[in-house]
Amino acid sequence: MQRFLNNPDNLVDETVAGFVKAHRDLVHISPENPRVVVSNFAPRAGRVGIVTGGGSGHEPAFIGYTGRNLVDAVAVGEIFSSPTAKSFADAIKAADGGAGVAVLYGNYAGDNMNVKMAARMVAKEGIEVATVVANDDVCSAPPSERDRRRGVAGEIFMWKIGGAKAATGATLSEVQAAAQKAIDACRSVGVGLGPCTLPAVGHPNFQIEPGTMEVGIGHHGEPGTRVESLRTANEVADDMLKIVMDDHALPAGTEVAVLVSGLGATPVNELYVLYDRIETGLAAMGMKVHKAFVGNYFTSLEMVGATLTVMALDDDLKALLDMDCASPAL
Amino acid sequence: MPGQAQVRLETATAFCPCYRMAQITGRDIVDLFRLIALRLSEGRSELGALDGAIGDADHGNSMAEGFSAVVRATSAMTNAAPFELLMVAGRSFLSAVGATTGPLYASAMLAAGRDLEGKVTLEPADVVRLVPAFARGIAERGKARPGDKTMMDAWGPAARAATDALNAGLAPARCLSLAETAAREGCDATRAMVASIGRAARLGARSLGHVDPGAASAVIVIAALHEWLADHEAATAEGSG
Repeated sequence: MQRFLNNPDNLVDETVAGFVKAHRDLVHISPENPRVVVSNFAPRAGRVGIVTGGGSGHEPAFIGYTGRNLVDAVAVGEIFSSPTAKSFADAIKAADGGAGVAVLYGNYAGDNMNVKMAARMVAKEGIEVATVVANDDVCSAPPSERDRRRGVAGEIFMWKIGGAKAATGATLSEVQAAAQKAIDACRSVGVGLGPCTLPAVGHPNFQIEPGTMEVGIGHHGEPGTRVESLRTANEVADDMLKIVMDDHALPAGTEVAVLVSGLGATPVNELYVLYDRIETGLAAMGMKVHKAFVGNYFTSLEMVGATLTVMALDDDLKALLDMDCASPAL
Repeated sequence: MPGQAQVRLETATAFCPCYRMAQITGRDIVDLFRLIALRLSEGRSELGALDGAIGDADHGNSMAEGFSAVVRATSAMTNAAPFELLMVAGRSFLSAVGATTGPLYASAMLAAGRDLEGKVTLEPADVVRLVPAFARGIAERGKARPGDKTMMDAWGPAARAATDALNAGLAPARCLSLAETAAREGCDATRAMVASIGRAARLGARSLGHVDPGAASAVIVIAALHEWLADHEAATAEGSG
């Protein structure tokens, strides 16, 4: 693939620089740390701060969800690589309004370690930290080992709910509980049709043969559960929905929020083709779609493919999901 | 190899103004950090190529830049005790490097620093004990088990070899020689492993046949410890003879 690239070593810094210029009404770079993006509305005195972070290459995640009633500060890592503990610590400090900070992030080894060490660093300065670890990717581990599952696009719902809860003036433990409830209500699956290449590597380090697809693929090309012949969009949509809903086991009549995200190189019209079939399938199961999001919300460089996330809603989650917010991506 | 011997000679003169002292001081520890940083810098592209196969090709840069940050942070601390330098080294590595590498090596150096707390100077055997201390710090932070295809597959065997050799009463440089050999064997063995945690786990069975870059950089660090102590002992022996 041909790329718009200067020097691969500067890619992350140049991405962040362009991002904060384009969205200067909402976000800025922390004066303390060039790898921390901060909401212009943060910190809010007496309100719980919301922090996330992760590797670059998933844009608009993670930085795109920085803003009002959403994420207050984001730690930015190298491509597909966890931010430093120092960046997480600086993001926590930037988000701290005196009522504690909730760090809502995905279940990856590097992020787990760096967030834990960051929490210890800021504890010395009297900042209380609560964490919620997203684990919505169904195919990354069996239901009995949910704590091993990775976090994927369900993180967006976790940030939305956590950010909205914090905006109500809730306490740190209430915000943590709401974000936990949100991610517990989410199930996601990814299907890959083509691999992605880390710019510094120059060749994909996994392959998806033409004519095949990988069902259950992760956000960095983690192997899926099945490699099989590419089928029609409707068959793929049915398969994705079945994987998600089998793991969910929701009673008929449940209201849901649905997120179909492209992985980077899939045209948006194809995402709508998938969504058309997915909503039909949900209706056939007796589910009611309260809100749908279709687009490139959480990508993996130029991977071809899509993820589906279904979040089960109750009245509380619905109110928080519907609360007004402003960020570059949502 | 003649080339290698030459490098070693330059290292000895360039890095240690106080080579003839038996006791190991804070200055010596900074010198040791410098040697580790140099060897990692030399291995940068090789590590990058290994990591390009199953990771994001930045492991060589991360390790080299992490230890450069360590050298920058400690080189002016001329009167600090070794344990203080290890603590500062751990914190500066953590600020410079993310991914899993940052917290793992930070934890390694902090664990070693805590073990040596209060000691103003070190014995050569204390340098050998850095290997099990690093391994313990890494294991506690990362929770990797043997065979997970991580840096622990080099650090674990090296730590056992170092400890066994010390208990058997071998000379400290010999202990680190055995640790280096064990690390190399452990690193080679990762080729036949399927990554189950850490970043390469993203590839699952696709990681088979590739050496783990974290294990490869562990070999470089352990080899540098060995190289430094062997030079230190040689210089000390000359000085006393």
